[in-house]
Amino acid sequence: MHLYNLTLQKPTAINQAVHGSFAGTRQQEICVGRGKVLELLRPDPNTGKVHTLVSHEVFGIIRSLLAFRLTGGTKDYIVVGSDAGRIVVLEYNPTKNCFERVHQETFGKTGCRRVIPGQYLAVDPKGRAILIGASEKQKLVYIMNRDAAANLTISSPLEAHKGYSICFSVVGIDVGFENPTFACLEVDYEDVDNDPTGEAMKKVQQTLTFYELDLGLNHVVRKYAEPLDEMGNNLISVPGGQDGPSGVIVCCENYLIYKNLGDQPDIRCPIPRRRNDLDDPERGMLIVCSATHKTKSMFFFLVQSEQGDIFKITLETDEDIVTEMKIKYFDTVPPANAMCILKTGFLFIASEFGNHYLYQIARLGDDDDEPEFSSRMPLEEGETFFFAPRPLQNLSLVDELESLAPVLASHVGDLANEDAPQIYAACGRGPRSSVKVLRHGLEVTEMAVSELPGNPNAVWTVRRSVDDEYDAHIVVSFVNATLVLSIGETVEEVTDSGFLGTTPTLACSLIGDDALLQIYPDGIRHIRSDRRVNEWKAPGKRSIVKCAINQRQVAIALSGGEIVYFELDATGQLNEYTERKELSSEVVCMGLSEVPQGELRARFLAVGLADRTVRIISLDPQDCLAPLSMQALPADSESLAIVEMGGDETTGSALFLNIGLQNGVLLRTVLDHLTGDLSDTRTRYLGTRPVKLFKVKMQGKNALLATSSRAWLLYFYQNRFHLTPLSYDTLEYAAGFASEQCPEGVVAIAANTLRILALEKLGAVFNQMTHPLTRTPRRMIVHQQSGNVILIETDHNAYTDETKQQRRQQMAEEMVELAGEDEQELAAEMAAQFLQENLSEKEFNAPRAAYGMWASVVRLMNPVNGNKLQDFPLPQNEAAFCVAIVTFANQPDAQFVLVGASNRLKLRPRQCSGGYVYTFLLSTQGDHMDLIHKTAVDEAVNAIVGFRGMALIGVGRLLRIYDLGKRKLLRKCENKVKTPLLRLYTLSTFEKILIARSNTPSPLPHHVLTAQRQRCSCNKSQSE
Amino acid sequence: MAERFHVLSQLEHLQSKYVGTGHSDMNRWDWVTNHHRDSYASYIGHPDVLSLMAVCENESRTRIKFNFLQRMISPCGPPPEKNPLDD
Repeated sequence: MHLYNLTLQKPTAINQAVHGSFAGTRQQEICVGRGKVLELLRPDPNTGKVHTLVSHEVFGIIRSLLAFRLTGGTKDYIVVGSDAGRIVVLEYNPTKNCFERVHQETFGKTGCRRVIPGQYLAVDPKGRAILIGASEKQKLVYIMNRDAAANLTISSPLEAHKGYSICFSVVGIDVGFENPTFACLEVDYEDVDNDPTGEAMKKVQQTLTFYELDLGLNHVVRKYAEPLDEMGNNLISVPGGQDGPSGVIVCCENYLIYKNLGDQPDIRCPIPRRRNDLDDPERGMLIVCSATHKTKSMFFFLVQSEQGDIFKITLETDEDIVTEMKIKYFDTVPPANAMCILKTGFLFIASEFGNHYLYQIARLGDDDDEPEFSSRMPLEEGETFFFAPRPLQNLSLVDELESLAPVLASHVGDLANEDAPQIYAACGRGPRSSVKVLRHGLEVTEMAVSELPGNPNAVWTVRRSVDDEYDAHIVVSFVNATLVLSIGETVEEVTDSGFLGTTPTLACSLIGDDALLQIYPDGIRHIRSDRRVNEWKAPGKRSIVKCAINQRQVAIALSGGEIVYFELDATGQLNEYTERKELSSEVVCMGLSEVPQGELRARFLAVGLADRTVRIISLDPQDCLAPLSMQALPADSESLAIVEMGGDETTGSALFLNIGLQNGVLLRTVLDHLTGDLSDTRTRYLGTRPVKLFKVKMQGKNALLATSSRAWLLYFYQNRFHLTPLSYDTLEYAAGFASEQCPEGVVAIAANTLRILALEKLGAVFNQMTHPLTRTPRRMIVHQQSGNVILIETDHNAYTDETKQQRRQQMAEEMVELAGEDEQELAAEMAAQFLQENLSEKEFNAPRAAYGMWASVVRLMNPVNGNKLQDFPLPQNEAAFCVAIVTFANQPDAQFVLVGASNRLKLRPRQCSGGYVYTFLLSTQGDHMDLIHKTAVDEAVNAIVGFRGMALIGVGRLLRIYDLGKRKLLRKCENKVKTPLLRLYTLSTFEKILIARSNTPSPLPHHVLTAQRQRCSCNKSQSE
Repeated sequence: MAERFHVLSQLEHLQSKYVGTGHSDMNRWDWVTNHHRDSYASYIGHPDVLSLMAVCENESRTRIKFNFLQRMISPCGPPPEKNPLDD
């Protein structure tokens, strides 16, 4: 056994997504690869909400996923390509709710290596063979079949290796029932490697290669290779056999080309571009992902471009020869890693960065006025079609899956002054970036809040009969009265319920099939369905202090520590047991387990006593009221609940005795369902107030709501127990609640209000709040005194707002200039319209300016409420990379924010023409910044840190110390290291500076410098 | 002698199986080119690394992968001229 790490928050990015009916039912599920977690999602066809069915940690890296189905099968299997050097075939088992490994074949070393397959997966559309490929050379083909018992079988691997070739994409071609054929995009580099003149590199061509698996001979042949004019990055398989013309669509830069074996001529169609786009005109356009939709009568493809625009592609055929490719703008959504079209009409978008979306396909874009482009339209070489992006017309958003990826900076701290710290994560990219505030807790949806006359003590919900789906009444108990509310369209007070209203209530519930029970200090009121009322009065001056009820049993504790037990008989009469049980001390709390299915009674009664013990008492007729076991407690108990939880049909669930203590601790103990023995106690501190426990239902299963200074929910979800705080106010008392509007909720009391709450996002560890940003956040520092943060947001390949405006103006002017004499008026009108239209970059993405163009913003914001206090945009091509709060020795009572930027930085090879350090004066409240000066330096500034009353700044390869001057920062001393400095840390107690550098192959890319006390000189004490 | 022959054939087998396994006549260009190809394949193979590069360059992940695959063809330029004395 090995202990692997588990993360607090599971990865939220989705790298791969495939769909199929993995459960073997008619419903379709989506299987997603989240790096090291494999998940199965099911979009509910009625509500459109995406539910996670199972989430499995693979402790490896998922690199590719594939869904495949054997010929004639009804169930899809999942094939996983990973870094394990193995091919793994999984089957989803819906009864156990887990993935089962059907096959696991080892073929190579572990790790993401160049020649070890795992990068690419492709399947023959008829499900007869799978190809698994590496980025170079190796490809293995496995033949899939079924044996006599209809089990899936896998053959030994057949090699389709080709040395010196780099693989760009693989896909299985639909050839009907002929030999399975795979198409690959490959580049052969053998000539390039042997040609010192460099001529071969200029002539290198990508080939579309077909590999055929000869099922008769049981080997793979390289059937045919055709050189391509442009490099392609993606292949789309076209339905064949009965359903279509077969063949592939090659997605090249700027073009889509349909190709097939035989007489088929190439059909070439340019990828349409946005009209009047601010993008760099030199840029090519790639297809990032595609999805195929096929029915018996038609098929089409959706492809998405880098800008997020989705196009619908259809093929026109003439007897299996494709004559025309039609392409039409569909809608724009965030750029995706994968798209899935489901049979139920949903489109799932697994975004590259940021949240994932589920859309409903409302229209197929067949009969709108969007122009349709065709491969037949004559175009000059290099010309393309243009379309105008617009808001969603064919899709409508139904659900959103939150994603933090990519997290670029984070801070853990209690900036909101709550009892637990929050996580502040700066995440996302470009216009979709945000600061997300994560709080440990379950998100609570408030369905209703209503004020009550006075402060209630307790609340319950009761149904009218066991067959009812929804609750009929809410019963609220006050110090000297009981209020009964009926649940309907509205919640109203009723007086004819049969409950006694002039006394406080200790407990009430449905008992038997359709009778109601109210327990109050002076007695028990049993209300039969025909309104007959049976009363049991407490003897003499003794009153009922505590009670416990389930479907058929009632136990009460009288003052003085006496227990009276009642049971429902066959006629629905409540009968007292002949004996009573005297206990050594006063009863503090008690609990009954539920009646197990098919039985007449629950076997255990748990009683918490004032002597700090909990006793389990048998209710079996053979030894009724006999003590079974006992547990001593560390503090006084407050409440008890016996709940059956966990497990599924196969593993079975267990009884748990939950004990809430007055010191705010929750104990959870396993209660043996035969002997009543207590074992395996787990302890958890919930809050400062005594813990009260309430049984509720969550997703049809038992769950427990615990209230202390915070409310917590204990539930069993995806084969694990979760004990999670609710992100909500303190609750006094709670009960489960089911109505038509809210089938699974909680009704609770907080001060003098009654609240109806719904808990929907079960399984989530954090409750998220999102504050949008405008550019990719790079660094975030916290001003501790005010709790505000200073963020630097920097985008490569981007325009600043100012340049963007200028570019638009310039384009509008060009429009007018280029127009002929008679078109002037029209052109002016168009230009004005162009200047006016403003597509939100959040939805339509920011234009990509050009390589080496940068845009940055320095922002001061309150991360708790998201107030943006101040923005400071930097000029075009200045890229901010570091920020620090520094106090200078010559101005000891002021704080300065130093932002380091580089000017005209080129990433590859790394070059820049100087850098700047911006110095801002931060106000004492931390809510305002003033630019003091801007210091130009000769290299990129990548690291800043305060150091002994001065600023230590990494300028390219130089480590410098600067002091604050009136006009600029003043250089005091410098020291040179070998490679550019990226990060600096000071270890003040040791007078040491840690330096992180770039370009170091060593695993510890750190220098340690010792700063000497005499003036500002630094000595390298330990290098390399 | 027999053993030495055996080692040699084993090495040849390794070299053919694992692209990039070194040999005694390997030059600097061979080594560096292999190194770069290995690195690019690894960047593509690790989804998170690919995302990181995509965020840095503000490009789509597909574009970054496409660029890396193209760079794998000749990551370090043409090989040096062969010296006739080597053969």
